[in-house]
Amino acid sequence: MTTPLLSLQGLTKAYPGVVANDQVSFDIGEGEVHALLGENGAGKSTLVKMIYGLVKPDSGTMLLRGQPFAPPEPRAARADGIAMVFQHFSLFDALNVAENIALGMENPPPMGDLASRIREVSETYGLPLDPFRTVGDLSAGERQRVEIIRCLLQDPKLLIMDEPTSVLTPQEVEILFETLNKLRSEGTSILYISHKLEEIRTLCDHATILRLGKNVGECIPSETSARDMAEMMVGTILQTPERSGREFGDVALDVSGLSVPSPSDFGTTLKNVHMKVRKGEVLGIGGVAGNGQDELLGVLSGEIQTAADAIRFNGQAIGKLGPTARRKLGVLTAPEERLGHAAAPDMSLTENALLTGSVREGLESNGFLKWAETQSFAKKIIESFDVRTPGPENAARSLSGGNLQKFVIGREVLQNPDVLVVNQPTWGVDAAAAASIRQAILDLAAKGTAVVCISQDLDELMEISDSFAALNEGRLSAPRETTGLTVDEIGLMMGGAHGMEVAHV
Amino acid sequence: MDLGEINPVLLLASLMVAATPLLLAAIGELVVEKAGVLNLGVEGMMIVGAISGFAISVETGSPWLGFIAAAIGGAVLSLLFVLLTQVALANQVASGLALTLFGLGFSALLGQSYVGVKPPSMGDIHIPVISDIPVIGPILFQHDPILYVGIALTATVWAVLKYTRVGLILRAVGENHDAAHALGYKVIKIRIMAILFGGACAGLGGAYISLIRVPQWTEGMTAGVGWIALALVVFASWKPWRALLGAYLFGGITVLQLNLQAAGVAIPVEYLAMSPYIITILVLVILSADKSSAPASLGRIFHASH
Repeated sequence: MTTPLLSLQGLTKAYPGVVANDQVSFDIGEGEVHALLGENGAGKSTLVKMIYGLVKPDSGTMLLRGQPFAPPEPRAARADGIAMVFQHFSLFDALNVAENIALGMENPPPMGDLASRIREVSETYGLPLDPFRTVGDLSAGERQRVEIIRCLLQDPKLLIMDEPTSVLTPQEVEILFETLNKLRSEGTSILYISHKLEEIRTLCDHATILRLGKNVGECIPSETSARDMAEMMVGTILQTPERSGREFGDVALDVSGLSVPSPSDFGTTLKNVHMKVRKGEVLGIGGVAGNGQDELLGVLSGEIQTAADAIRFNGQAIGKLGPTARRKLGVLTAPEERLGHAAAPDMSLTENALLTGSVREGLESNGFLKWAETQSFAKKIIESFDVRTPGPENAARSLSGGNLQKFVIGREVLQNPDVLVVNQPTWGVDAAAAASIRQAILDLAAKGTAVVCISQDLDELMEISDSFAALNEGRLSAPRETTGLTVDEIGLMMGGAHGMEVAHV
Repeated sequence: MDLGEINPVLLLASLMVAATPLLLAAIGELVVEKAGVLNLGVEGMMIVGAISGFAISVETGSPWLGFIAAAIGGAVLSLLFVLLTQVALANQVASGLALTLFGLGFSALLGQSYVGVKPPSMGDIHIPVISDIPVIGPILFQHDPILYVGIALTATVWAVLKYTRVGLILRAVGENHDAAHALGYKVIKIRIMAILFGGACAGLGGAYISLIRVPQWTEGMTAGVGWIALALVVFASWKPWRALLGAYLFGGITVLQLNLQAAGVAIPVEYLAMSPYIITILVLVILSADKSSAPASLGRIFHASH
């Protein structure tokens, strides 16, 4: 038997209050695409950070080609041929592509040579990229290319990819897979982290499954069904959200000819957006991040104001109304960013419940706050949405991402909105919590609420929405019935191989 | 009123002298902010530099040793800021303000026995031929060496930030400290070096006031130059040459308005006195209308949590 490229033996890492990795062992062979599968919080990121030298294991050893391997810092790991593409891109917006790549290299050549090598490598692997563009202006797919090329320039033996496809269109995923297959055929090993099972089934040779920090099983993905892998990952049998009836009422939210410049420098301008959402309908809005999602949410919530008649609620022009006035009418929103936008991190759950609930729940009178009522409102959210926290007096920051997400979605749902707009309702939430959030949205729609769900998770949108539209560079495609929509059609709505032509020099 | 009394050659020559303390402090703070740290203690570091430089050059009789001591003095005071913000992770704005208050008081204490003392003079450089060119010679080439150090420093900082790997890493740390950390750069170490450099530059700027521009020691003699330097960095869009332009503009108008006051121009003194601030801000605001913006991590506390 040949020596594996990298062998992990009994790696353990504990943080205060939580064991992130508990006696994890597995091998990665030469030229193998190895999947690391697990829910959020299963310890995948901590494990790869140990391999990359960002975190030191408490115990356990790693062997690289049979030699002991314990990188004290990322430089050492890079010197040994380990490269990593991060989940949240480790890029510098204000610097250009070549500068970003130089920062990730040990001994970068002079800028001129580097630029020509970037062009060379990007063409070899079919990832066109202009070295002198500012990274802040690139699309998510192009940003990922920057990271991949940064790794490829160092001739890695092991390429670690942390959730690489979460921000890509289906066509971009295909391009990425071609690149990865090419690398595998050249003998590079890849450690591929994801929770998207179909991808792993098409791409990976071998999979290790983590649950709560422990290695709970291994499998050959191409011979295992996605459902079996999912159940190994979650440890229980999954419930698919169900919905009853698809009967729509009158148009509740009518957006027509909406054009708004983005308030931020690197944002996207919304261009001539039209959409109609009927009572009881769920409109799913897909698209790669950064194509106007945040702006659309801002416009619908009232944070960005617009021409009065661009947005109509039950026929009433509300474009000039602010968030509180819209809440009073029944138009509620839950933004994507949990800490800082949807919730104030250092305030308690009770205070956070008050912040959006005061108008509709009557939690204040004549400027004075009704703390008792607010607290019972917060408790109601915690109970009905199974938010795991010792009590409503805890700070929002102390909750895990999934629990806080349940809280912020539950807070809006319980206010009985007539229109609910949510952005990435299940981002970073484990499968069980995601299913319960989706179920809550569907239940709300069944009661006659018009729901707009902005998300980058296409599976989620296909599961819950009645009609689907895609945002691409601030333009919204015409909504279509979800039933019968194919992946190719969705990809085209999202802008095809988005950004592929941008790299002409 | 007699505008004829104003000698344009002397005016331009003293412009450069008036601008140098501001330039030195601004260049130092520019590097600090490029690394993502907002140190509002410039005024405090300047005044400590002013008294350290003054005391040492009086005691040793050497202005050069004085300037070296000023740089060390400024850097030592900035070490306090390092301790507060990089080690104890305290709020940078509050720590910077504390540094200024502490510096002003501490320098007054150190300087008690130096009031009224005259420091040794540094002397101007004199390059044969060049310094003797009429008009241009006295304006550009008959100054003290530190003035040229200031210009050289501007050029060096510009080149280092733009062309070298050290500069790239420094900018990267200021732009996104989490990403820089993920790539394995020592964010705290780089920031500490930048803060010390900023402290040393502010110290030099302070000593330039007490040893060359004025030259004597009075309490609080930096008189707000540190605050102007801070504003200058922002309005110069964190670009070294614009900071130089801003400093010279400010210095120039300061000197001009003093001359106009002396010549008895019929404009109220208050308007003349405010003119350097208004004109400098106006010009730099117009210049900074382009896309360049602050380092994205400016003023944010870095803690390697994972």
